[in-house]
Amino acid sequence: MILFNEKLVRKRNRAERRFRAYGILSLLAAASVLLFLVYTIVSSGYSAFFRTTLLMDVQLNAAHMDITSPYTRDVLMQGRYTSLVKTSLYARFPGVSERRERRALSKLLSPGAELVVRDYVINHPESIGATVALEVPLSSDFDQLYKEHLPRTGEHIRFSEVQLRWFDQLQEEGRLNYRFNTQFLFGGDSRYPELAGIGGAVVGSFYALSVCFLLAFPLGIAAATYLEEFSGNTRLTRIIEANINNLAAVPSVIFGLLGLAIFLNVFGLPRSTPLVGGFVLSLMTLPTIIIATRASIRSVSPGIRQAALGMGASPVQVVFHHVLPAAMPGTLTGTIIGLAQALGETAPLLMIGMVAFIANVPATPLDASAALPVQIFLWAESAERGFVEKTSAAMMVIMAFLILMNILAVIVRSKTQAKVE
Amino acid sequence: MSSVMTAETTEASEKVINQVQDGPIVVRPEKGVDIKMSAEGVSVFYGDKQALDDISIDIHSKQITALIGPSGCGKSTFLRCLNRMNDVVGGCRINGRITMDGEDIYAPRVDVASLRGQVGMVFQKPNPFPKSIFDNVAYGPRIHGYAQHRDEIEEIVVRSLSKASLFEEVKDRLHDPATGLSGGQQQRLCIARAIAVNPEVLLMDEPCSALDPIATARIEDLMWELKEKFTIIIVTHSMQQASRVSQRTGFFHMGVLAEVGTTEQIFQNPVDNRTRDYITGRFG
Repeated sequence: MILFNEKLVRKRNRAERRFRAYGILSLLAAASVLLFLVYTIVSSGYSAFFRTTLLMDVQLNAAHMDITSPYTRDVLMQGRYTSLVKTSLYARFPGVSERRERRALSKLLSPGAELVVRDYVINHPESIGATVALEVPLSSDFDQLYKEHLPRTGEHIRFSEVQLRWFDQLQEEGRLNYRFNTQFLFGGDSRYPELAGIGGAVVGSFYALSVCFLLAFPLGIAAATYLEEFSGNTRLTRIIEANINNLAAVPSVIFGLLGLAIFLNVFGLPRSTPLVGGFVLSLMTLPTIIIATRASIRSVSPGIRQAALGMGASPVQVVFHHVLPAAMPGTLTGTIIGLAQALGETAPLLMIGMVAFIANVPATPLDASAALPVQIFLWAESAERGFVEKTSAAMMVIMAFLILMNILAVIVRSKTQAKVE
Repeated sequence: MSSVMTAETTEASEKVINQVQDGPIVVRPEKGVDIKMSAEGVSVFYGDKQALDDISIDIHSKQITALIGPSGCGKSTFLRCLNRMNDVVGGCRINGRITMDGEDIYAPRVDVASLRGQVGMVFQKPNPFPKSIFDNVAYGPRIHGYAQHRDEIEEIVVRSLSKASLFEEVKDRLHDPATGLSGGQQQRLCIARAIAVNPEVLLMDEPCSALDPIATARIEDLMWELKEKFTIIIVTHSMQQASRVSQRTGFFHMGVLAEVGTTEQIFQNPVDNRTRDYITGRFG
């Protein structure tokens, strides 16, 4: 029989169990908050990936479009499609003839309807004169009505009774469709929620992050390598080291002010562009990359350095042949984490004017553009009901990119790690 | 007055005798022996701390010289002076003169990287690069520009691995990572890597202390073969190993070279008391 202090053992076991229970509780709390967050965003945002369209017969009457042969692209771009869309809509409801009623009827359709018709005509000029069935978007309010986000009755009702009757009639005739909204994924921003897209912001963020990566990655590695391998432990390097650590904690809005003062006001670079956005984000990402790189350089086993030195490699050869490749997993992980942070940064981009309303998808990093977090900020400020779901959907997009980048970090780390070991 | 003086003289002469006992007893080389490397009055300081005090020793060509002594006696420090590996240690200062073939290796015009190409080193813990077996051995010839074409490098790799008696074991997986080898194989790979640049001297810093007895025996056999072509200096904790592999032995104690001579003489008839105490297991 082993002798033991029964009271002490019981107390110790209780403490052990209690501690585990705390751990599980805190995990559950964190998980439930996360689930709640994701649920809220997804439940209010998923509908933005869809929109309601009306299947409408359009008679492509050249006279109505105010165009004459030959039908070149330029001629077709100049055509008047507004009246064509309206005429087609009125044709569905022959009983509506009064001016006021007609205006109420035209409120059912989005201003984007004429663009659908225009694009169709440009792509199919041979069908001018024929009658075609086209799916055109409903206006935001009726889109929201179809999604049951807006009430049909109540105090602040946005629809007249006759409008509701038309809407129901179209729905009964099976003319309303619920389609995947590609314009949301690939299009630029718009004043009309049903036409607004995240594409411009995605491309803007992509350009800004590319610029940020191209600047911060080589600079960060070079700085970290020099500080860690060549500079020696002098007073100056210690001061630089402390300041780099401080830089990592500087509020991002200050980097934005710096960018505004230097890149825009001194160097006169174009405002609101992903190029300048990338510069500013690289200022923020640099300390992260330097710190991660230094840590992983420091963790390279001294045996490898000694072996290389003992073989007669010069200090630079030791660094480039052995130390940096061995430090790569940590460096890449740090870089991707830094870029993921940069992707979510809003404040510095506001300072350099990336908050402007820009309807085009930028073609180059020198075009004015929005960025993902700023787009969320802009949409969250808008009053229309239609932008609520867009805001949540944009959050879903940015979260998807963040998750992708983190998965990439894990894959890169395990791949390079396997190569190093 | 005179009696006092006599007493002083006696004391002084005793001191001289003690100093003779303390100082290095260098057995002058027999005629016809080739001296590869030579240290004259080498002292090493790490900051304020003196690690080596006035070391003088001749390393005979194409022989194995063992450096033995208790932990912290400075034998590894001395070894690392011979290919200037102490240069990279901050605050390390070296006085005295170390020559190879009569040339001062600390002379300003000596290129350290080239020197280390001629004085190769094998470390205590096997430290292959995290690359393939082939690339490990090919690294030295590549950076020193000994071979340009793939064929030449391949020839050097095969030759070096064969000399390190590792080729047969790894010939089917030359492009597998070197870190997959066993400890003993890794150490032989490190030897192959060191001899791939055809050095004149091979420094071995306790090369077997991380290995099991069978792997140790293989390395010792290998050293016996390598001494035909290279001058080998081995630092070892194991007196048995020193007596098995070396022709000459130096005994370090607290930063001084207490005694150096042929291995036979050191182990069978040591002159210095400290050597005798160490070898008979009184301390260490």
